[in-house]
Amino acid sequence: MGGLTGVMVASVPLDLQLHDSYFVVAHFHYVLIGGAVFPLLGAVTYWFPKFTGRMMAEPLGKWNVVLSFIGFHLTFFPMHLAGLLGMPRRVYTYPQEMGLDGLNLVSSIGAFIFAASLLLFVGNALLSMRGGRVAPGNVWEAPTLEWATVSPPPQYNFAHIPVVDSRTPLWREDELPVISGLSAEKREVVLTTVIDAMPDLRDISPVPTISPLIAAAVLTVGFIGSIFTPWAVVWGAIPVAIALTLWFWPKPGVKEDES
Amino acid sequence: MPRFVQDVRALPDHAFDSRSLTWWGVLGYIAVEGAGFALAIAAYFFLRGQEMQWPPSALSPSLLWGTVTLVLMLLSEIPNIWLDRAARAEDLRRVRLGLIAVSIAAALILVSRAFEFAHLNIAWDRNAYGSIVWAILLIHTVHLITDLYETLVLTALMHTRHGEKGRRFVDTSEDALYWHFIVGSWVLLYIVIYWVPRL
Repeated sequence: MGGLTGVMVASVPLDLQLHDSYFVVAHFHYVLIGGAVFPLLGAVTYWFPKFTGRMMAEPLGKWNVVLSFIGFHLTFFPMHLAGLLGMPRRVYTYPQEMGLDGLNLVSSIGAFIFAASLLLFVGNALLSMRGGRVAPGNVWEAPTLEWATVSPPPQYNFAHIPVVDSRTPLWREDELPVISGLSAEKREVVLTTVIDAMPDLRDISPVPTISPLIAAAVLTVGFIGSIFTPWAVVWGAIPVAIALTLWFWPKPGVKEDES
Repeated sequence: MPRFVQDVRALPDHAFDSRSLTWWGVLGYIAVEGAGFALAIAAYFFLRGQEMQWPPSALSPSLLWGTVTLVLMLLSEIPNIWLDRAARAEDLRRVRLGLIAVSIAAALILVSRAFEFAHLNIAWDRNAYGSIVWAILLIHTVHLITDLYETLVLTALMHTRHGEKGRRFVDTSEDALYWHFIVGSWVLLYIVIYWVPRL
């Protein structure tokens, strides 16, 4: 997200003026925080009841919005001006006679306000995890499937797999349609046809196994070894091949497709 | 009581080609590795454009072993296609034979490949041309080795009691698909390594 600033400063006349100045820092934080951090905080608030079963506190949330909005602009808007007035980036201090003291002071105050709002968010989340209001299944009356199951969802998500017939499957008068017939004794999932998404196959899910973790660990050893000798790629491939083979090999005592 | 609209009990538990999840995995893998080959070929022609003569201060790779590999590769498609058909017919006896045949073919090709390295007429660290030729041959060899290993594991598996499961025939068919990729990519790389220097 922050990289979007690069699109603007790719313009040479602009870059000549702004290169290595506080303007760049200010602008990419505007883009990054406005474009990614605020949505992230919003997303955590939105799905918090789904993954904890409890709501985050609304009054604290309102304080959160106001403080972060003020703190964010107070920090980064004056930084644009400071940069245009000649404040370089990547320095921890600047000469007093440049006349940048006021703008930098405002930025500092804003940064503390913004940090306080983030602490408020973390505190709200921690407190709400234990003491928040208990959330009903579909607390936002949202249309998407995750709200069709209880909060927090069980490991298997749905007791019966829902049939999706629109982009807003939960906004309906009747009950959500589901399918039946999957085995309760082995890990089956339904595969659908590619274009029409009609149920097509009962596919077997792999059972939990330690093999992928082992494969990842020995692969890491091989790659680190390759920093010291290229032959590590060769001997490192052997344990990876063994781990992958164990992963693929059918497990004893596990029910598979019995056709 | 949930509203049941369909019962999936009667659906099959395996199918071939685009109905299989792992078929898409193989296809994605071929796309990724094919892009790797394409980049290597692009690097080869980039270097060729920088030189006054090609190959620079070296003889062209000797034709014999590369061509032997090519002929063996094309011949290996006979047992490979036969194996694919046996897998689709879910004929375990023919699948076992076919897997052994393809394994032997891949092992023979690997021997011929070893001779290819000895007849490239350039050391890998001699110049940029040597490096890219060795790189192209090496990445194709890595794919060859992985497919040989995969086929050997599958051959062993199909000789156990697990081999009777329908899902394993899909695995076999997808192993045959990957072998098509190894053969097809070699036709292209053979032309680049052995015939572009002779243009």
